Amino acid sequence: MAHADLLAPATLTDPQPFVIAGREFRSRLMVGTGKYASNAQMIEAIEASGAEVVTVAVRRVDLDRSKDEGILHHLDPDHFFLVANTAGCYNASDAIRYARLGRAAGFNEWVKLEVIGDQQTLLPDTAGLLQATETLVEEGFKVLAYTNDDLITALRLEQAGAVAVMPLASPIGSGLGMLNPYAIRTIKQRLSVPVIVDAGVGTASDACIVMEQGVDGILMNTGIAAAQDPVRMAAAMKSAVEAGRHAYLAGRMPRREVAVPSSPTTGMLGA
Amino acid sequence: MMGTEVFEAEIALAVNGAERRVPKGWTLADLLTSLELDLRLVVVERNGTIVRDRSSFASLALSADDAIEIVHFVGGG
Repeated sequence: MAHADLLAPATLTDPQPFVIAGREFRSRLMVGTGKYASNAQMIEAIEASGAEVVTVAVRRVDLDRSKDEGILHHLDPDHFFLVANTAGCYNASDAIRYARLGRAAGFNEWVKLEVIGDQQTLLPDTAGLLQATETLVEEGFKVLAYTNDDLITALRLEQAGAVAVMPLASPIGSGLGMLNPYAIRTIKQRLSVPVIVDAGVGTASDACIVMEQGVDGILMNTGIAAAQDPVRMAAAMKSAVEAGRHAYLAGRMPRREVAVPSSPTTGMLGA
Repeated sequence: MMGTEVFEAEIALAVNGAERRVPKGWTLADLLTSLELDLRLVVVERNGTIVRDRSSFASLALSADDAIEIVHFVGGG
């Protein structure tokens, strides 16, 4: 069998499809649309990433500038599954207001819910996040909640009805990679809803290591958009997420602090 | 009296946080059209309430001191 056949999806199917709120996705990589040098570069990078879920922000139309700045002039909502975020909201009521505006745009009832607690670290305000989750779930939203890597908050979000819980690998835009693999694994082990690591992935190896923890997916933006060549990094992230998923499913060998030869120790030539 | 007439023919409202004067009797659709916006791509909030039904834009008369917010999707993570 040729190598290419081994990697074909037909022979290496994922035993657990990636399903959020009853909707199945092929790609476990989700991407944001911020910080790109141009709209053309953004589209090319998203295509290279293979992502289906694409996040966008809700902002005032700048009435003094070109009418062309809205992202829907460039991003085809029939081609991607657009999810509005509540980035920049510092309390539950603002986040709820932005979520409602995003839903009114008419694509779906999904929201990537962020309630930020601190300007310097952009760490989540978990109390506000829980409050906003409860309200939005009641209003029929599908809430994907951006949170820290705290198990108890993750459990509370699941209880509140979030359709996915999104713990950070490290702070938004930091590119520091996963700071607490133990916490991420624990959250994945204890939750029934999908766990999608959001924020902090800086390069392909970070993404791979995150997926090796067994989480369901990754959402990233800056790790791709801030690379020297975002399109190539998007392709690298696609491979890394797939590689990390395969490695998790394959089950890694145990770590040993001693060497074990790979070649037979018998059959050596006589002296 | 001329100046008074001009004043009475306009109302002041807040659009995306900035004061704008528009002719009295204008509807929300008049405002959006004057701003050359694609109505399918924006969401409008009036005094804190989203105007969900786009077909109502043409019948929704603007009032003095209305706070109108016009938002759309931009790049974000």
